[in-house]
Formats: sequence, structure tokens, C-alpha cells
Amino acid sequence: MKKKHLEKIIHGIFLVLGLITVGCVLLITVYLVISGLPAICEIGLLDFLTGTTWASTAAEPSYGILPFILTSVYGTAGAILLGVPVGFLTAVYLAKVAPPKIKSTVGGAVILLAGIPSVVYGLVGMLLLVPAIRSIFNVPDGASLLAAILVLAVMILPNIIKVSMTALEAVPKEYEDASLALGATPTETYFRVSVPAAKSGIAAAVVLGVGRAIGEAMAVMMVSGNTPNMPELFQSVRFLTTAVASEMSYSAGLQRQALFSIALVLFLFIMLINATLNFFLKREKGGRA
Amino acid sequence: MSGKRQAYAFTMNALMYLAAALTCGLVLLIMGYVLIRGLPNVTWELLSTRPSYLAETIGILPDILNTVYIVIATLVLVLPLGVGAAIYLTEYAANKKLVGVIEYAAETLSGIPSIIYGLVGMLFFCQFMGLQTSLLAGAMTLVIMNLPTIMRTTQESLKTVPQSYREGAFGLGAGKWRVIRTVVLPGSVDGIVTGCLLSVGRILGESAALLFTAGFAHALNGFFEGLSSAGATLTVALYVYAKEQGEFEVAFAIAAILMILTFLINLAASLVSRHFRKQ
Repeated sequence: MKKKHLEKIIHGIFLVLGLITVGCVLLITVYLVISGLPAICEIGLLDFLTGTTWASTAAEPSYGILPFILTSVYGTAGAILLGVPVGFLTAVYLAKVAPPKIKSTVGGAVILLAGIPSVVYGLVGMLLLVPAIRSIFNVPDGASLLAAILVLAVMILPNIIKVSMTALEAVPKEYEDASLALGATPTETYFRVSVPAAKSGIAAAVVLGVGRAIGEAMAVMMVSGNTPNMPELFQSVRFLTTAVASEMSYSAGLQRQALFSIALVLFLFIMLINATLNFFLKREKGGRA
Repeated sequence: MSGKRQAYAFTMNALMYLAAALTCGLVLLIMGYVLIRGLPNVTWELLSTRPSYLAETIGILPDILNTVYIVIATLVLVLPLGVGAAIYLTEYAANKKLVGVIEYAAETLSGIPSIIYGLVGMLFFCQFMGLQTSLLAGAMTLVIMNLPTIMRTTQESLKTVPQSYREGAFGLGAGKWRVIRTVVLPGSVDGIVTGCLLSVGRILGESAALLFTAGFAHALNGFFEGLSSAGATLTVALYVYAKEQGEFEVAFAIAAILMILTFLINLAASLVSRHFRKQ
């Protein structure tokens, strides 16, 4: 009898441990909504989302976060536009063409690239990329949307390569053999048979890249100049993430609440991306079964 | 073969090699640049002292210690939680819907950007729970961040423990808890170790979540004293030295150290997985 009670108690303990992740998600959601809503109510949802000037410390403060939203969207789109083709083609090369030795060496290098802290990317961007942009394009300051896009493109590269590679390697060998037997060249087989067969996985890689790029804060903070301008390629800009990070330490009152509202907007973006990612991952799993 | 098909094959091949070469070039460029600029600045004096305003020297010993403290504190807290959750999912949970909810929650957690963790950590741990800006608050924030990682790796290796082991133990009359303790857990050590290594890598690289929860002081403290006071980890120190103080030599030295640590952790992770696969 005593043993039975003990088992029941232990079962209960593990149940609680299992539910902790759910609790954490709820905690984060509730905290962001509670702390993010007051400022939105006070400023007005429309003014907040579509206002084009952010002047939180001015005598007559104005809280419009459209510049941040657009910068985040443009920055992410730019990073995807540059990073996805390079990452995707590298993944096809590594998964299908590369000899085993090159595959393991380059694969190791890609994993290393994934592990480099974002501040190190920021530091390299700050001292290598920003001066380069200034002298090549002859602009007064290289800290710009372009610098952020380039840094983000490099940062999402390893994720895109890894996830696409996994998807490409899971394509049944029979598909490729059949294509080769019908007279297609290896290159045609990779791009017209393997890639379409792995398209859900590759789509998941892209969405994962979007999530990474839109959530990155520190590296972007170090290279984007951090002025709340409307996005332009050679302008100093501020992202949703860096808007939160840059004023948090000295903010107070409505300004502080508005920062929480920005975080809430960012959180909603991320949830949307997560839902899309899950959709593609599920389809990938379903398609293979 | 028609000219069109040849041109297609040539273009695609060329693009593929170009992309692979670009990726390799980027890896070499970043690693080379950081190591060449950083390593000459890694001196014993830098590693073994604390910053002094009087002598105007910078030392990163406090930051190194803070990093060690926060890694230890995070792992001690996250291991029981993550492993426990994994055990619940693979050994206990009978309700498929509940498993789905828990796994969805874990996926959601791993997609949330670190700046949001930092913000919620600041609101919940620093303010609501009254921990102030301290390494402990930072560690607790990192616990939530790393929970999905530990959970996933443990779960994967729990699944590889053969069902017949469990049945054998049950057949000998062992209770469920005893089976888990003596048969299932020892069989999943590899996943737990891998999860730990991945988490250490993530903690080393984390900055946005720690900036507002653990702060950026450079005081030299013991373990328990350190946990209750604010302190910068190496990564946060890098950010502060580079962005706020313009001390690029120190920043590059820290970057080189972080790079080498990342390399060592990756190496350890691959050795661990190879070692256990052999068994």
C-alpha cells in the first residue's frame, strides 16, 4: 500500500515538471499582454501602430512604431533574400554533391558558425562591415539598414543550411535513382526531383530564418545605427528588438510601458511565424509517412 | 544533350559551387579576423585581474567567474526540470492531447527571441520575485530559455532505451519509479550530457536576455555572493566594452576566447555522441 502511494506522489511530481513548459509560455504571454496593453490603450492602437515618429523623450512625446515595424520587416526580408539562396545552394551541394570529407569539414564549420555568439557578429560587423560600407558607397555613416541586413544574412545562414540539408537527405533514394535512370543529369535530378520533394523542409528552414532574423537584437544594435528613422538602405535605423533594448535602461512611465507594447507586437509577430513553421514541419512529416 | 540542358546544368553547378565557396569564405573570414585581432590581446594580466580605474587597466577575471557561476546555477536548476519533463512525456503521459500541448509549448519557447526573455525575466524575477538585478535572476531567465533544449535531447535518448529493458525490470517486480531510476535514466545519460553541452554553448553566447536581468557590473565575488549581486558574463562584457566604452582590444580578446570555447564545446558534443554511439 505504501509503495502505491509513493508511486502516485512521484507520478504527480513528474506531471508538474511536465507542465512547467506550459506554465512558462503562459507566464510570458500573460506578462507581455498585461504590461503591453496599458500603453496601447493610452496612445491608441492605430496611432501606435501607424504613427511614423518615435520621440519618446521629447517635450511632447510621440509614440509611433511604424518605423520599427517596417525596419524589422525590411531587414528580415533583405536578410532572407540574401541568405536563403546562398544557404539553400550550399545545402544542396553539401547534401548531394560534396565528397564525405568536404561534407564533414564544411558541415563542422557551419555548426561552428551557428554557435558564434551574436555579439561577436556584431563586433565584426561594427569594425569590418560598417567602415567598408562607408567607403564603398561613400555615405557619411556605414551603420545602416544595409549593414544590419548583411549581418543578419550571415547569422541565419547556418540554420538555413542545417534544416535544408536534413530535408534534402531525407528524400528517398529511389526518387533520384528513377530520375537518373530516365536520363536526367545529376544536376537536373538534384534541382528538379530532390528539391521539390524536400520543399516543405526547405520552407521550414526559411521560416526559421525569418524567426531568427526578426528576433535578433544585439548584433543588429551594434551595426544599425539605432536612430528611429523610416527604413532606407543607407539610413541609420532601429528595429523592434533594438527599440526595446536601447531605451529600457533609462525609461520611465508611459515611455517604459510603450517599450513593453513594442515587445508585445514583436511577440505577436513571432507567434505568427511559429504557427507557420509548425504548419510546414507537420506537412513535412505527413508527406513522408 | 541539347544546349539548353547543358547551359542549365552548368549554371546550377556554378551557382552551387559559388554558394558553398562563399559560405566557407565567410566562416574563414570571421574566424580569422576575430582570432588575429583577438588572440594577441589575450594576456595573463587580462585574464587574471579585475578592471582598475586607478591603474586604468582592464581585466576580465570577474566576467569569467560570473560566466562560470551563471552556467553552474542554470544547469543545476534546469537539469531536474528538463529531465523530469522529458521523463513525464516518455514514461508517464497517457493523454496524447496533453503531450501535444506540452510539446507545442516547448517549441514555442524555443522560438521566442532572447530580448523577450530578458524583458519578462526582468519583470518577473527581478521585480515581482524581488531578486533585483542579479546573476540568480539571469540564471532563472536562462533556465526557461534552455528548458526546451534539455527536454528535447533527453526525450530523444529516452526513446532509444529499448522497451524490453523496461518490461524486463517490470517483470522482476520493480515499481515504475524504480525502473526509471535504475534502468531508464542510466540509459539516457548521452542525451542529458549532449543537452548540457548545447545549453552551455547557448548560455555562453547569450547577451540580450542577461543585459536587463543580470546587469553589467565587474565586481569580483565568491559563488553565493556573486549569485545575489549583479554581474556581466563574458558576452555581456564584450558588448559593453565594444559598444559603450570603445575598448575594442578587450572586446576582440573576449571574442577570441568565446570563439575558442564554442569550438571546444562543439568538439566535446561530437566526441560525446561518437562515444555513446560506439557503446
